Parts: sequence; C-alpha cells; structure tokens
Amino acid sequence: MKILVCMGNVPDTTTKIRFDSEMKKLDTNGVQWVINPWDELALTRALEIKEQSGGKIEKVSVINIGKADAEPTIRKALAIGADDAYRVDADPTDSYFIAAQIAEVAKAESFDIIMCGIESSDFNDAAVGSMLAEFLDYPSVSAVSSFEFNDGNISLKRDIDGGKETISVSAPFVAIVQKGICINPRIPAMRGIMMARTKPIKVTDPVATDSLIEALTFDLPVSKAACKMVDADNTDKLIELLHGEAKVL
Amino acid sequence: MNFEFTEEQLMIKQAARDFAVRELLPDILERDAKCIYPERQVKMLAELGFFGIMIDPQYGGGGMDSISYVLALEEIAKIDAATAVILAVHNSLTAYGIEHYGTEDQKQKFLPSLASGEKIGAFLLSEPEAGSDATSQKTIAEDKGDYYLINGTKNWITSADHGGLYILIAQTYPEKKHKGINAFIVDRNSPGITLGPHEDKMGMRSSDTHSVMFTDVKVPKENRIGEDGFGFSFAMKLLDGGRIGIAAQAIGIAGGAFDLALKYSKERKAFGTEICNHQAIAFKLADMAVKLENGRNLILKCAWLKDQGKPYSLESAMAKQYCGDSAMEITTEAVQIHGGYGYVKEYHVERLMREAKVTQIYEGTSEIQKIVISRTLLKD
Ligand SMILES: Cc1cc2nc3c(=O)[nH]c(=O)nc-3n(C[C@H](O)[C@H](O)[C@H](O)COP(=O)(O)OP(=O)(O)OC[C@H]3O[C@@H](n4cnc5c(N)ncnc54)[C@H](O)[C@@H]3O)c2cc1C
Repeated sequence: MKILVCMGNVPDTTTKIRFDSEMKKLDTNGVQWVINPWDELALTRALEIKEQSGGKIEKVSVINIGKADAEPTIRKALAIGADDAYRVDADPTDSYFIAAQIAEVAKAESFDIIMCGIESSDFNDAAVGSMLAEFLDYPSVSAVSSFEFNDGNISLKRDIDGGKETISVSAPFVAIVQKGICINPRIPAMRGIMMARTKPIKVTDPVATDSLIEALTFDLPVSKAACKMVDADNTDKLIELLHGEAKVL
Repeated sequence: MNFEFTEEQLMIKQAARDFAVRELLPDILERDAKCIYPERQVKMLAELGFFGIMIDPQYGGGGMDSISYVLALEEIAKIDAATAVILAVHNSLTAYGIEHYGTEDQKQKFLPSLASGEKIGAFLLSEPEAGSDATSQKTIAEDKGDYYLINGTKNWITSADHGGLYILIAQTYPEKKHKGINAFIVDRNSPGITLGPHEDKMGMRSSDTHSVMFTDVKVPKENRIGEDGFGFSFAMKLLDGGRIGIAAQAIGIAGGAFDLALKYSKERKAFGTEICNHQAIAFKLADMAVKLENGRNLILKCAWLKDQGKPYSLESAMAKQYCGDSAMEITTEAVQIHGGYGYVKEYHVERLMREAKVTQIYEGTSEIQKIVISRTLLKD
C-alpha cells in the first residue's frame, strides 16, 4: 500500500501578516514558510503507521501544489521521513484547483490512502480533503483524530459532538486529519536531513482547471483594545463599562 | 563573500530550536533547581543525531559542517545551556579529537558509539592545581610496555558520570614538561576510576560535573592518541575548536536573555508607557543587539574558517572571549530590564545570568584568551 500526504506551504504561524497596498495579496516579504501544521501531523502519523506496518505500507509520499519556492518546505518533509515528493508546478489559487491537481497525481500513481490536514493555517478553507475525495470518487473520513493500522485493518476515530466515533474503512480512501492524530510533529534528524538530499521531487505541470474563487479584498483584524483595569471594590464602574461600552449586559 | 545560510543549515537550526522549546523548556527550572541530568532529552537528541552531527557518515555521523553545529548549539543554549555544554564537550572535544587525530582503528572502534550517543564524551584536562596552567599536569601515565598505568585526579569534569568515553590528558615524562604529556581514550567504567560528589554549581546545574580519581587504571597502549608526547599539543588544538562551541553556547545564552528582555520591555509599563519607550531601556536593547550580532559574526567566521580547513586559533580565542564577556553583560542587562521580576527564577533571566558566568571561565578564561590573542599579535 502507498500513502500520499498532501502538504500546504504556509507562513509560519507566528508571522506578522501584511497585505499589498490594494489589500488583495499577501505580502510575502520576510515570511518564513513551513509545512501546514495539520499536514505535518498527518505526515508524522503516516510515517509511524508505515514503520509499524511490517512492510505492508511500502512508501509515504508527499504532494504540494506550488512553485519552486516551496521546495525548501518539501525537502523538510523528505528530511522528516517521506520517501519521495510530488510538486505540481502552479500557484495554489483555491481549494478546487488544488484538489483537482492532487486528484490527478493520486489517480496516476494509484495511492491507496490519502491523508491531508483538516485545513490550512493560512486560508482555513477546510475544503481540499472533501473535494479531493469527490474528484477521486473515494470515501472520505473527516475530523480524524486517531488512525490505527493493524495488519492491514484500518480503524479511525472521528471527533463528534460530545465524544468519538470509531469506524473501520478499507482503502482507497481520504483521511482528513486533525489534532490528536499524533502527539507532536516529527523533528527531522541529521540522518533524515542527509538522506533528503537524494530523495526525488517529481515536478509535473498542472492540468487545466479553473479556479473558482477570486478574493476581492482582505482585511486585517482590528487590533485588540487595551485592557481596562477596574478597582476590585468598584463594581458599579465595572457594570457601567460592560453595559455602556462593551454592550454585553 | 556570502552571508546566506544554506537550506540545510536553517533546517538544523530550526530542528534544534523546536527540540529546545518542546523538550527542554518545560522542565528546565526543576532540573536547574534540583541538579537533574537531562537523561530523557539526551537520549532524544542522540536519536535525532545531534551527538554525531559533524562525524563522518562512514562512522555513523551526520557529516554536517561546523556552521550547522554552532547554529544548533546556539539554539539549544538559548533555552538550556547545561544541555548545550554536554553537546559541546562531546562533539567539539571527544568526537572531534578522535576523528581528527585518532588512528583508523580508534575511529572504527570509538566513533560509532559516540555518533549514536550510546556513549557520551568527556574531556579530562583540568586538575585541582592545573587549570589555566594546563602544562602542570600531575596525573601520571606510566608506560608499562603494552599498557599505561594512570594515577591522579582530574577536576571539574563535565559528563564525568553520564559520559561513557573519556579523553584523558596525563603526564608520562615529567622531566620533559608539556612535551611529555599524552592523551588517551579511556572507558569510563575502567577499574580504578572513582568520582567525587556532584559539584553544586552556580549554573549548568543540570549537567554533571565531578572530580575523577584514577588509581592504578590500566589503559591499553593502542588507546594513546598520536605520537608519544603529543598530548599537550593535541589538547590545545582541541580547545581551539572547543572555544567556537563555547562561544556559540555563550551567545545562545545571551540571545535567550535578550529575547526575553525585548518581549518584557514591550509589555511592562512604568510611568504611563511601556518601558521600551524609555530611552535608557531602548539603548540597553540596542547595545545588547549589537553585541549579539558581533558575537554571532565572529562565531560564524570561525566555523567557516574551520570548515575551509584554514587556521582559526586566533579567531576562536577572540570569539570565546568576546562572546563569553558579552553574554555576562547581556544577561546582566536582561535581569536589569526585568527589574525585580528578573531576580526571581520564574522569568528565566536569573538562570541565564548564572549560566553565562562560566562561559568566561571554562575552556580557557577570558584572561587566557587575551593572552592567546595578544601573544599571537606580538609574535615576531
Ligand atoms: C562547570 C565547569 C565545567 C568544566 N568542565 C571541564 C571539563 O569538562 N574538562 C576540563 O578539563 N575542565 C573543565 N572545567 C575546568 C575549567 O576549564 C577551568 O576551571 C578553567 O580552565 C580555569 O582553571 P582554574 O579553575 O584552575 O582557574 P585558575 O587557572 O586558577 O585561574 C584563576 C584566575 O586567574 C586567572 N589567571 C590564571 N593565569 C593567568 C595568567 N597567566 N594571566 C592572567 N590571569 C590568569 C584566570 O583567568 C582566573 O581569573 C570546567 C569548569 C567548570 C566551572
């Protein structure tokens, strides 16, 4: 069996976000790029499963839809342990476009299990996984927080309101994973960093697909108002502020 | 001239950073307070390959360059200087010493277990009466034909207990003074080795430091490094490289304190404004940042020279002295910026100030570095 992990290349989560003067595009100056945190968790779990599978899982690949400047992030995934990588050479314009491109590679290379993070930490669309499953006509399981592979039997746990649902599923399928899928993302080891030098990144051209979304404008969140301190004895003042100013009473 | 890091160097720096924040930070205060050795973390660092970072892959190492190594040390030291010194002694002294001056047999025998971190390296030069003056070695290595018989005491030995493999410096021909000194690879568990109690130190409290007593310890002849009498010159060569590691540790400690002080100065208010808006504080931050930048550049230049196979003893003495002294100044100012909060443990700068002090002392005090620097300048 083969696992394909979808990975977005996103600004580091501590980045101070800025846009261009027309507020239409992210200003990428000085941005440090990382593997989308949920995808990194998916990759870590995929590698754990492969290592425990006794050879049943032959390889874990990663795929990114992006231009060449995403390659340092892809190589980090290879250093963490992915066996090889695919990059579809195109700007990742919207979820529909991305899902269509991934589907093409997944089909051509006949992957059995496709894992992706529940959303990307930049655009938070949370749509690629389900769209991808539709394109492939595979079942998809969302909000997966546990993935067990016992001798080829796959059991997944999903987070549902108030508890967890355990389901068994057979390949091929798409698992859309979230926090809990593994404890921590893997840190690349020296050996992995060394080996990443020779692992292949297969670059292909995108298939013709329309992007369905055009962003009109972006807004930055209003900066948080300063905290107001009220003397502990002065409850009248507190009520007045909550009522008149914050309008929550 | 190129000031860009490579993708791999950045990946290693980030890996060290992620590890330090995730695995070292949570229990650092407790380990510092109770002098607890970072056993779990050392094991994890070993699995990640940090104990074989520069060792040639043919002996099981990662084969990374010195620049990657100093970047990793700096990131670890920002959070936990004690773990950084364990790494520094192991990599810059023990592993480097065997890899660059050992025989092929010695390399094959000892490097793989060092590279995997199965054995942690220690370096035994200092003695109760031989610190800065390392020539006056009193530990004797008597030539007994097919082995050496060791008797004497070493002091202040980092990783003396948890380390598995020692590089020992001892005197074979006292009449020849420093030219009679030899270096040996010694198994920590050899019969006749006993340790003094764990030193109760100002900083680096989570690394183990002991005196080590040798009583009729037999070391096979094939464990001597280099020609007969090479020991002192060997130790000095190792310390040239070791100083780059300690400089990186120092600048890491300083950088950690600076980051905390910068953040705190933007949050703490006094006289109606954040304290960073008071020029006295802002200028402190500027001075600290300049020293950090200078220190880093000196370290990177040394690491680069080393990677190019060019001489670096003058530069590494400069880096060690500058970074050690700057670390003390920067951490002291970081405490000052924190005011009373800086004086309590919870805010970490108190600990970082304690950690910084020893970077002016070990692997050659700041005074000794100035002797090295000035003697080089005044030569011929
Ligand atoms: C935490 C810790 C860990 C250590 N780990 C190790 C280790 O793993 N292995 C090891 O071998 N050693 C280790 N050391 C020992 C360390 O390297 C020595 O302490 C150091 O070299 C200084 O020697 P000393 O303590 O004997 O001081 P001394 O040499 O007695 O120096 C005392 C003072 O005199 C000054 N001084 C000495 N000579 C001169 C001179 N000619 N001109 C001007 N000033 C001078 C010094 O700079 C210093 O200020 C460690 C020490 C500590 C504290």
